Amino acid sequence: MSGKNNRRREPLTDAQLLMTISIGIFVAMYVLAMIFLGGGFLKAQQIFDLLNDNSYLIIISCALTVVMIGGGINISVGGVIGLTVMACALFLNGTGIAAGPLGIVIALLLALGIGLAFGVGMGFLVSYLEIQPFIVSLAGMFLARGLTTILSVNPVKVAHEGFGELVKAKIKIPFLGYVAQNGNLIPAKIEIGTVVAICVVILMYLLLRYVKLGRNIYALGGNRQSALMLGINVKRTCFSSYVISGVLSGLAGFVFLMHKPAGNASVAMRSEMDAIAASIIGGTLLTGGVGNVIGTFFGVMILATIQKIIALSPLNASWWQEMASGAMLGFFIILQSVVLSNRGKKAKN
Amino acid sequence: MSSKKRASSGLGQLLIPLIALGILLLFNLLRDPSFFSIGVAVNNSGNQVLTGNLISIIDSASELAIIAMGMTLVTAACGGQDISVGAVGAISGAVLVKVLQAFGAITGPTVLLALLVSILVTILFKLFNGTLVAVFRIQPMIATLILYSCGRSIAYWINGDATPQLNSPILSAIGMTIPGIPVPTPIFCVLLVGLLLALIFKFTNISLYTQSVGINQGAARLNGINPTAIKLLSFALLGVCVAISSLIGVSRLGQLNHKTLLVDIEMDAILAVAIGGNNLGGGKFKLSGSILGAYIIQMLTTTLYAMKVSPVNVKAYKAIVIIIIVIAGSPVVQAKVSALWKKLRSGRAAASKEVG
Repeated sequence: MSGKNNRRREPLTDAQLLMTISIGIFVAMYVLAMIFLGGGFLKAQQIFDLLNDNSYLIIISCALTVVMIGGGINISVGGVIGLTVMACALFLNGTGIAAGPLGIVIALLLALGIGLAFGVGMGFLVSYLEIQPFIVSLAGMFLARGLTTILSVNPVKVAHEGFGELVKAKIKIPFLGYVAQNGNLIPAKIEIGTVVAICVVILMYLLLRYVKLGRNIYALGGNRQSALMLGINVKRTCFSSYVISGVLSGLAGFVFLMHKPAGNASVAMRSEMDAIAASIIGGTLLTGGVGNVIGTFFGVMILATIQKIIALSPLNASWWQEMASGAMLGFFIILQSVVLSNRGKKAKN
Repeated sequence: MSSKKRASSGLGQLLIPLIALGILLLFNLLRDPSFFSIGVAVNNSGNQVLTGNLISIIDSASELAIIAMGMTLVTAACGGQDISVGAVGAISGAVLVKVLQAFGAITGPTVLLALLVSILVTILFKLFNGTLVAVFRIQPMIATLILYSCGRSIAYWINGDATPQLNSPILSAIGMTIPGIPVPTPIFCVLLVGLLLALIFKFTNISLYTQSVGINQGAARLNGINPTAIKLLSFALLGVCVAISSLIGVSRLGQLNHKTLLVDIEMDAILAVAIGGNNLGGGKFKLSGSILGAYIIQMLTTTLYAMKVSPVNVKAYKAIVIIIIVIAGSPVVQAKVSALWKKLRSGRAAASKEVG
């Protein structure tokens, strides 16, 4: 904001501009939905529902944003979610220590451990053996999906009592609630997963903005050669970005399990593409060096709102939903490209 | 330096995929020699056909091999991959079936016409991707993400029916075998497409132009090459490949299922390009490498099936083999290995000198 007062002495960076566009579009879309669809969109709970349903997507989108800023890509996040959900579900259904309250903690550690293992493995292959990140993470995705079905082909429902409490546990905010038809006040409900996701967004924002590693990731994605010249340990930075994304996808798996306590071979199928789309809509460039997790957060919210609007509109069918989100994605991508190329022309003049 | 030169001459990038193929063959030979048996059987329509694992590998890798060729061109020119080939394949299948249904009868000319229409429509969709990439300067993976996420829905919308059945001797001749010729027809399709591309490369400069655009777009433009046109051309050629694969896929099953036609083929095609030793960042390419990559992937899948690995678990084993292949192809590992090799040789030379 101060940039405007300073007579554009400090113009918005590309990432900030793209982020502003995505926030603007989210707000415009939401207001239009409130006006034309009314109903659920007028309640505060709607926003919380969007967050509750997509908390895992927010986390993996942050994971992808970090990797993409570093100039890489990680399409294994969906697969890792599937694997952690299945592994944790099987573990929590076990006997002995797993059945007690301590089991939940171990399950969380298991989820983070699986994510860490994938992050370390892929990070090593990408940064130290210089293998193309797309292929490495594709192999990671295949491996995670394959291991999931090796663990169990059939859906596994979590029967753990303590975990059931955790699933039901919700933060209630009475003053954001609404009065139901029978006169009872129904408070707004926020799931724990949403709180975790918001914390991840804030943490990643701080990491990318104020921590040396975060700045190094930007430098690496912006120009690898320059980063090397500046004395940045390029390989370790790249490695770290994959480790972060791995751990975050493990965490996203646990959050997913808290939202839907059942393992299934098709959990979070194709969610990696949603996460990539959210990052791009939020202003992250796949070429690296440009991006922002706050934008990514709004990218997820835009995708979620589109889905919700279509679900509430008369065109409620999966193929309409897919076509509409595809069209939206196309619109955003072209808009970004036009905006950036116009700025490029202006900068030259 | 000399060892590097030697590695890049001769077989060059084909060395690793050939070794991988050789190891897979050797593994199968040791595991079960009957894997290689080729027999002659009579199929449902009374034709003599060749059977056996090898035939089935070459046959069922056809769609992948054809798409991998197109993907190689796009990769070389644009430095990125098209992830919408499976979804666009479903669209071109839907168009094909729609045209055939409009004619009512499935005869030689109508199939040819339907194929032409579906090729045209596919090229249009691919040019949409290509325009985003070449004109709007969007990274290929992102530009094609649009059709990746909604292509199958468009296919559904075009056709309006979940799984139309198509029974016709002409389609089964395309998808399986032509009466009297025991070799499956898709194999000829691969040969035809490969030959066509080889002829195009032989008599035009497209191959050279594509590589120069992929290596340095600015320099190519200064030398009078139009990068936009070359990129669009690579997408159009990929469109032709996708339409032909889609025809094979539809006629192989005799039905159109917009959800399963060419499903997940984009990932396998990109893998085939990478296993073939092509740089996913664009530039130099070898079509033969990608074709080889496609057959390696299919061979791997068939081997795993033959080992009684459940189809849903195949992915995990596939991932491990892929990781091994890419590690072997990694520049860092290759440099280390060649350094080690040099050391060993010089050590041996020194030892033999001492002995001498």
